Amino acid sequence: MANDPIHQFQIAKWIPIEIGGLDFSFTNSSAFMVATAVGAGAFLYLTTSSRGLVPGRLQSISEMSYEFVANMLRDAAGTQGMKFFPLVFSLFMFVLVANLFGMFPYFFTITSHLIVTFALALLVIGTVVVYGFMKHGFGFLKLFVPHGVPGVLVPLVVAIEVISFLSRPISLSVRLFANMLAGHITLKVFAGFVTSLSAFGAIGVAGAILPLVMTVALTGLEFLVAFLQAYVFAVLTCMYLNDAIHPGH
Amino acid sequence: MFVTPGYAQETAPAEGDAHGDAAHTEVAGGEHGSGVFPPFDPASYPSQLLWLAITFGLFYLFLKKVALPRIGSILEVRRDRIAQDLDQAARMKEEADAAIAAYEQELADARKRATAIAQEASAGAKSEAEAERKQVEAALEKRLQESETRIAAIKTSALKEVDTIAEDTAATIVQELLGGKVDKAAVAAAVRSARE
Repeated sequence: MANDPIHQFQIAKWIPIEIGGLDFSFTNSSAFMVATAVGAGAFLYLTTSSRGLVPGRLQSISEMSYEFVANMLRDAAGTQGMKFFPLVFSLFMFVLVANLFGMFPYFFTITSHLIVTFALALLVIGTVVVYGFMKHGFGFLKLFVPHGVPGVLVPLVVAIEVISFLSRPISLSVRLFANMLAGHITLKVFAGFVTSLSAFGAIGVAGAILPLVMTVALTGLEFLVAFLQAYVFAVLTCMYLNDAIHPGH
Repeated sequence: MFVTPGYAQETAPAEGDAHGDAAHTEVAGGEHGSGVFPPFDPASYPSQLLWLAITFGLFYLFLKKVALPRIGSILEVRRDRIAQDLDQAARMKEEADAAIAAYEQELADARKRATAIAQEASAGAKSEAEAERKQVEAALEKRLQESETRIAAIKTSALKEVDTIAEDTAATIVQELLGGKVDKAAVAAAVRSARE
């Protein structure tokens, strides 16, 4: 069981709660959601509590993440997009911290569950759709009709655009989920090789060196992926929001 | 439809053992292993969605109301402060430039004044020297004239004596040569005519 690479994604109920026949138990997943929110929130709050004119290291991290996301959003969606800054920043920080927490051994990775990433993706797309219709009414549908397309091709292009729009929440959520899931399974499998090989005495220990090196390398890679996926999620959110703000391409 | 059986399957062992220890989770895993991969287990969806909504919602509100305005204000204050400092630096530079300009102006003035004073002094010295020279020249001229008058007086008196000497001499010569008395007036007339 110790080497079961799927075990780390298991949901364990800590406090069973049942409402209306549905299971709303407080699970290890819930606990790590709380940890993520509290951890990220406390970090941002505590590091900036001195309001230093000259920032310390930790305050610099908070400020850098703020400006990083702000520049990302401004580049993708313009200054009008800045009203979505709290949303994009929350998504970025939540996903980033959740991914990074997942890197601790024995920690649960909430972004390795499709339902979580899908819910976040739906939040993004829902915001895009609701804001798009609120701001532009039916003009928002111009999003599906790019400029300069010959009349004959319009139905085809519109069909393609609609499909690509509908696939956005899926690709957005599956990208994050699959990266985290695959990374953690790979790590677990290689780490499992180390323990099972070293059970075979001296030769096994010698043979375990390669998977050990791989595990170390993969751990580094996974930290990169953890950041990169949070970044990709935030960038795509910015681009989709840009569609809601400027639907006419 | 699919959620309910999954949920029922999940709760059955959980009732016996509230806190899922390793053994329990493995049992659950084993059960699921027959059908569902944990991330795709619909039984966990309501709980995950609820807790995600709660935690992310609170996180969003906290960032929107507290954390982001604070970081934003820190950055704003810093930007203002830097702009203010730059302004002050520019103002000070202007002041320094003005001071330098004033200093140079003063220096130029002083130089001009110094030149003027020097010129004045040299002109004064020159005129003084000129005056002195003139005075000396005048004194010399005066003495020259005095000398000339004296020389002229001496000359006149000398010439007068020449007449007397010539008359005496002539009278004496005539007396010696001719003997007897000599008419002084005739001799004087003769001398005068000889001299003319």
